[in-house]
Amino acid sequence: MELLVASAIGLLTAAGVYLVLRQRTFPVIIGVSLLTYAVNVFLFTTGRLAINLPPVLQDKSGAGTYTDPLPQALVLTAIVISFGMTAVVVMIALSAYLSSDSDRIDTDARGEEDGA
Amino acid sequence: MPLYLIAALPFLGALLPGLMIRAGRNSCAWATGSATLLALIGLLTHAPAVFRGEVIQSRIEWLPMLGLNANFFLDGLGLLFAGLILGIGLLIILYARFYLSREDPMGQFYTYLLLFQGAMVGIVLSDNILLLLIFWELTSLSSFLLIGYWKHLPEGRQGARMALAVTGMGGLAMIAGMLILGNIAGSYDLTVILENREAIQGSDLYLPALVLILLGAFTKSAQFPFHFWLPHAMAAPTPVSAYLHSATMVKAGLFLMARLWPVLSGTEAWFYLVATTGLVTMVIGAVIALFKDDLKGLLAFSTVSHLGLITMLLGFGTEAAAAVAVFHIINHASFKAALFMTAGIVDHEAHTRDIKRLGGLRHLMPITFAIAAVTALSMAGIPPLNGFISKEMMLKETTYAVWAGNAWLMPALATLGALFSVAYSFRYIWHVFMGPARGDYPANPHDPGFGMWAGPALLAGLVIGIGLAPFVVEPFVNLVATAVTGQDPDVHLKLWHGINAALYMSVAAIVGGAVLLASHRGLESVWKRAGPPAAKAIFDAIIDALVRLSRAITETLHDGALTRYAAIFTVAVAAAGLHAYAGGVAGAPTRDMTPITGLPFIGWVLLVVATGCVVAFHHHRLLTLVLMAIIGLVVAVGFNYLSAPDLALTQLSVEVVSIILLLLALNFLPEFTPRESTAGRKLRDGVIAAVAGLAVTGLAYGMMVRDFAFPSISDFHLANSYKGGGGTNVVNVILVDFRGFDTFGEIIVLGIAAIVIYAVTESLLRGPVRQKLLERQPNHALAGDAHPLMMVIATRVMMPIALMVGVYIFLRGHNEPGGGFIAGLVVAIALVMQYMASGFDWAAERQRVPYHATIAAGVLAAAFTGIGAWFNGLPFLTSDFGYVRIPPMNEFELATAMAFDLGVFLAVVGAVMLTLESLSRISRRAGYEVSEYPMDINPAREDGTPQGEGR
Repeated sequence: MELLVASAIGLLTAAGVYLVLRQRTFPVIIGVSLLTYAVNVFLFTTGRLAINLPPVLQDKSGAGTYTDPLPQALVLTAIVISFGMTAVVVMIALSAYLSSDSDRIDTDARGEEDGA
Repeated sequence: MPLYLIAALPFLGALLPGLMIRAGRNSCAWATGSATLLALIGLLTHAPAVFRGEVIQSRIEWLPMLGLNANFFLDGLGLLFAGLILGIGLLIILYARFYLSREDPMGQFYTYLLLFQGAMVGIVLSDNILLLLIFWELTSLSSFLLIGYWKHLPEGRQGARMALAVTGMGGLAMIAGMLILGNIAGSYDLTVILENREAIQGSDLYLPALVLILLGAFTKSAQFPFHFWLPHAMAAPTPVSAYLHSATMVKAGLFLMARLWPVLSGTEAWFYLVATTGLVTMVIGAVIALFKDDLKGLLAFSTVSHLGLITMLLGFGTEAAAAVAVFHIINHASFKAALFMTAGIVDHEAHTRDIKRLGGLRHLMPITFAIAAVTALSMAGIPPLNGFISKEMMLKETTYAVWAGNAWLMPALATLGALFSVAYSFRYIWHVFMGPARGDYPANPHDPGFGMWAGPALLAGLVIGIGLAPFVVEPFVNLVATAVTGQDPDVHLKLWHGINAALYMSVAAIVGGAVLLASHRGLESVWKRAGPPAAKAIFDAIIDALVRLSRAITETLHDGALTRYAAIFTVAVAAAGLHAYAGGVAGAPTRDMTPITGLPFIGWVLLVVATGCVVAFHHHRLLTLVLMAIIGLVVAVGFNYLSAPDLALTQLSVEVVSIILLLLALNFLPEFTPRESTAGRKLRDGVIAAVAGLAVTGLAYGMMVRDFAFPSISDFHLANSYKGGGGTNVVNVILVDFRGFDTFGEIIVLGIAAIVIYAVTESLLRGPVRQKLLERQPNHALAGDAHPLMMVIATRVMMPIALMVGVYIFLRGHNEPGGGFIAGLVVAIALVMQYMASGFDWAAERQRVPYHATIAAGVLAAAFTGIGAWFNGLPFLTSDFGYVRIPPMNEFELATAMAFDLGVFLAVVGAVMLTLESLSRISRRAGYEVSEYPMDINPAREDGTPQGEGR
């Protein structure tokens, strides 16, 4: 399992990085989303993999074997926040496109649109 | 008065001038002066105790974890310097009142001056070297403001920049040196460091620390080769030059060398570095000063020379030489501040500082002439003035110094320096005041009012007084020298030392100086032809080269192409990771692999194929979104499989809103991404991506097959989730209770993101884009029935069910998977469905509460829940819970965490809805009438005509 999860994270990262290096806004946004998946899953796995372990206390004193709740709590908010951030980036990309009729993300050194 | 108050008074006083300037320039000067005077009186109340040999201390813990404390102490050395700073400061404030013209903003000037004064007092009273460093940097900054005070003068701005660059650079070096010093001594307290001479000098790091600290001291005190900034700083108003560049700031470096003298001096490195630098500076400064035609330039280089002299004395490393250094600091401050003020008076009255255009002023300005003559003669070392005594003692000390086996080198060069010093001092008197009065002064010079010459006159009086009766200051010099060296040097100050080598050297210097001045004209032409290049040109060339270099680097790496930054960033991170991997020790795997079963493998294959397809078909944007949904689904199911149902629920609902969001955006973006990458570029990006992917795979795998390196804090959360938080769903309890503060911050961030999106939309719709949007032709023909009956009915039916599910998920969240985040997302989806079915406008008309308000309500609810804990005397966000029973229901738990979770819920609903609503608003077009019906075609309606024409 570890190998599957690790390779999935790596694949998502590679695909994300490749798309982030594209020159139009939309693939970059998709790339960032893929990186978000990769990072979230990676953070989640810092609690190590647990299959069929209870996530909710069975015994009120907390005794027994459970999944690691801490990374889960962190990742839960990360998922929601990353939605917010993706939305901001989408909005910025959209307004840039609507204002300039170009969705290229590279500008040259003088800060002007390159080509278009 | 406690010491910290003395250091704080100028800073507090700095608030006054800006306020008092409205009441007039006199009130402004009075207010400024009273702050300084108060601090000076406070200082002097400690003087008797210091004279008894006590060390006054005042300690305040500031950041004890860093060793940074606001500790102050006052001994003889501190008393001398603080007295100089505050005393001369007072005279300068008086002088500046009359020096500054009506056009100069006086409030600003006094504010800067007091800031500087506070920083200087802070330096000399600090008992903590980190605190000292803070004040040290503050002097650099405030002197920048003072030098550049006349903002309209380019020389002022350049001089200020140069001073800041040089002293700031030295300050950086000194920070490093001080940290090393503190590390060796094991404490950042000066009093502790001063007791650790053996440990410090025995350390391997002694030499680096020494060099770094000296860099700071030399740049500040304008020692060769950093002397060049001081003359350029003379573009400042004269009060600033007199104060900063003669009496105080440039002496900060000397102060530091004197302060650290007990631990740093006495070694060979110290002698050769400090004494040699001092000697070279002394001679070079004196030579250049002779050929300066600008009065202030002459004084600036003479200051450089005298600072070199004092540095050299400290460098000798003997107690006697240190005592002479202390004495000369006092004398130099008295005559040089007065000289600067007379130069300012001449400039003020004659409207020029060019010696070539002056001369004969003694007839027109007798008082100024008298002051200048006395102080300049003292600078030349003519008896019976104070400069003579210290200069003779200095010459005597040089005869004991042996430089690399050479016994005559130091005294000979020192005499040469003294000779030039006599020459330029005489020149100051001769070429400015003596000779016949001229008729071509730019203005009509005459003596200024009492206010302007009172300060220098007082100092000139001191010059004579100390010269005639040196025994008066003898106990003080001994006191300060004791503070510097740690033992009483028992110096005896007298005017007449008998006939000895120093006297011969003195006489030689005076005679030689007079001869030099007599032949000044001839020497000057030689100097002009063969003199050394101006340091400013060298400095500018270095700065230009640095600017070109950094521009070249920046423009190569940051050429405006975001993709380039991303590539550089990725490669850099991978390289850093590789470096860490190569250098670190990971140890053998400690966990067994969990077996791979069929179902997860299928999920993995799905993920791999979908991800591959995203990359392969990313030009087709809609298809990409479909594939993204597959990836998101696999991730969500994966979370569930790996025992994280909360995450699975969250991921699933976020996936829905994300896809809606991207679809809305895609409505306006091009449908296809053009194929424009070259094969080479694809290969490059592919390699970078592959490296990143492999690195992450290795990292993740390596981590997962090993146990925690340190004990996890998760066990604490598991054990206390029910006991302390009252819930069995540990993830939710962490979110709303243990880490409630984090969550509170996160919902605020989410709210801000939504409001940013709203704001961007607003500005977009009000700007030129609006017209473009109105004329936009959709990519595809729209469906004839935009709001189909089936969908409208289905969403209406689903709405209450979806809301019910949301409430259920919310309520059970504390004990079962669920909670505010997930419930918020579910409810948001239920609402979005209504928009999708009946259109934005129809839904917006029926919406009563704006989503901004929902976000605000959520954040406030969470905040008030947290604040509630205060009323029970508990910290913010402390939770409480209890069990209640409302018949006929079963007993159930009620926790304050639930109110907090309600806040989370509301914030999430508001943020998601505001985001999506904003994006959909862009698609509103003119001429579109809002349908009063929820669907376009309704067979039950009588008219049966489609609504929404003009689409």
